[in-house]
Amino acid sequence: MRAAAAWLLLAALAQGAQADVQADARAGAAAPRADAQTLDYRLQPRRIAEHTWVIEGAVEDFSRANGCNIINTAFIATGEGVVVVNTGPSRLYGEQQRRAIARVTAEPVRQVFNLNLHPDYFLGNQAWGDKPTQALAGSIAGMQAEGAAYEDNLYRLCGDWMRGTRATPARGALQPQTLRLGRHVLELRRLHGHTGDDLVLIDTHTGVLFAGGLVFAERVPTTPHADPAAWLASLDTLEQWRAQGQFRLVVPSHGPVHEGGRGIAQTRDWLQWLAALMRDSAEQGVDLSELLRAPVPERFAGWAALPAELNRSLTQWYPRQEQQALDRRDRR
Amino acid sequence: MLRRRDVLLAGGLGAVGARPVCAADDRSGGDPLGSMQWPSLRRQYLADAPMRFSDAVAVRTPAFADDAMNVPLQVDARALGAAGGGVQRLLVVVDRNPIREVLAFEPLRALPVLALRIRLEQASPVRAMAQTRDGQWHVGGVWAQAAGGGCTVPGASRADGSWKSTLNQVQARIFRNMADGSRRLRVRVMHPMDTGLAAGIPAFYIERLELVDAGGQAWWRLALHEPVSENPLMTFELPSEGPQAFRLQGQDNNGNRIDAEVRT
Repeated sequence: MRAAAAWLLLAALAQGAQADVQADARAGAAAPRADAQTLDYRLQPRRIAEHTWVIEGAVEDFSRANGCNIINTAFIATGEGVVVVNTGPSRLYGEQQRRAIARVTAEPVRQVFNLNLHPDYFLGNQAWGDKPTQALAGSIAGMQAEGAAYEDNLYRLCGDWMRGTRATPARGALQPQTLRLGRHVLELRRLHGHTGDDLVLIDTHTGVLFAGGLVFAERVPTTPHADPAAWLASLDTLEQWRAQGQFRLVVPSHGPVHEGGRGIAQTRDWLQWLAALMRDSAEQGVDLSELLRAPVPERFAGWAALPAELNRSLTQWYPRQEQQALDRRDRR
Repeated sequence: MLRRRDVLLAGGLGAVGARPVCAADDRSGGDPLGSMQWPSLRRQYLADAPMRFSDAVAVRTPAFADDAMNVPLQVDARALGAAGGGVQRLLVVVDRNPIREVLAFEPLRALPVLALRIRLEQASPVRAMAQTRDGQWHVGGVWAQAAGGGCTVPGASRADGSWKSTLNQVQARIFRNMADGSRRLRVRVMHPMDTGLAAGIPAFYIERLELVDAGGQAWWRLALHEPVSENPLMTFELPSEGPQAFRLQGQDNNGNRIDAEVRT
């Protein structure tokens, strides 16, 4: 079982050359291109709210061209120290992130959070060894179990960008809590569904949600550790909190920062469409090789990471649906 | 000026000379996929029989194989139609797998189309070679990209030992309305399909399968090899008209029998 699980994991993070080309055509307008000659990610913090900046990654799949920088990291200069959200895909990213933050604020960094166990959320931790790095307990266990595989896979995908990167899991297990720092009130809450432990951070002072991998915007969601039912339930919870006015601005880990419930709705729409597609196809007897060529509806057609991310999800989930369609025959 | 002219002249000669050198240099034997394994594959499987590359034999895999132990593959020679008296045999080979031969399929009364999953050890051309009854081979293929390693690690049921309790169990279901003029049969046989290339685990795989009717007539016949994925799930197209009940029969390379009823 371990071997097979490792395979799915690697596969989930792998990618094809074709997807690269398509992703490049849709490269995010906001983020400047990484420079592969100098291994400079060209990180540029952009202020999105009071004391709050994001460093936007490319809205794409992992590739050499983007240096595997496809994540939005963020920081809040609270007045009582800087809080950093996610550390990027490599040691190099973490180092450059530190310098980029220091260019914006003279406040010292007090805490670093990794919102889940995925490599681009924490491989930059290496550069933050002198600061408390924290994540939910399940995320830390996952980082420890899968860190070496992440290193291997990202080296394969992105080469030199990954030089000297050693997976360094967060050191402190975090409990959900409320942090009052300066004028900021940071709600740290545990949801799950995108992974087993999804940390979300709401700054109720600025009304910003740092949604991690639970919300994707204009980008196909990644699913290697996902539980779709739990994910949909978490999206309902987020939508509820939004309706209550707990936040208005959403920072997804992948896709543009946006106002309101657009990303939540898009992520839900995608997960429900995918579930229905697989269920109906299996019942009709469609083979995985055929389903991988099925067209996606127009409303998703412009999203980043198609078809690579869809193919990974189908490869990961559809065989189980095919099996269940055979089991249903046996029960008749 | 003289120097520039010399350079131009040399360049011109080079360009003229390039083509024949290139052709002599083509070690892929004219393979549209540019694979240097092709000449030896052709020698081994087709010998001196007439062959041509043909789009009428479609090989469909994802451009990138996300799970190298279970790469979805569909081979479809229906576009050959009645050419050459119809398809007699379909061979599937993977140029760069340590074991290149995947299967040999005799469609008999079924349609010349088949879907299943295979293992890929590295990125490779995947080919289907269809022989029509007049002896002509029609070869189609596609490149499948992969991170690789699919042939040399144990499968899930070997890793957790569960294969022992399910060996050679069969599940099957016939679906209608997937394709005009045919009934779709999906069959799964539980088997670890060990390649013999994972340390300490000898090759152990289903060698042959056939679908027979009550009168003992075969409707298709399949010879399988190591690169077929664990617990193979295979998809066939049968004519719309025909028996409602069949038996799936076969055996693995250790002599274990497979025998199960398949009905609509």
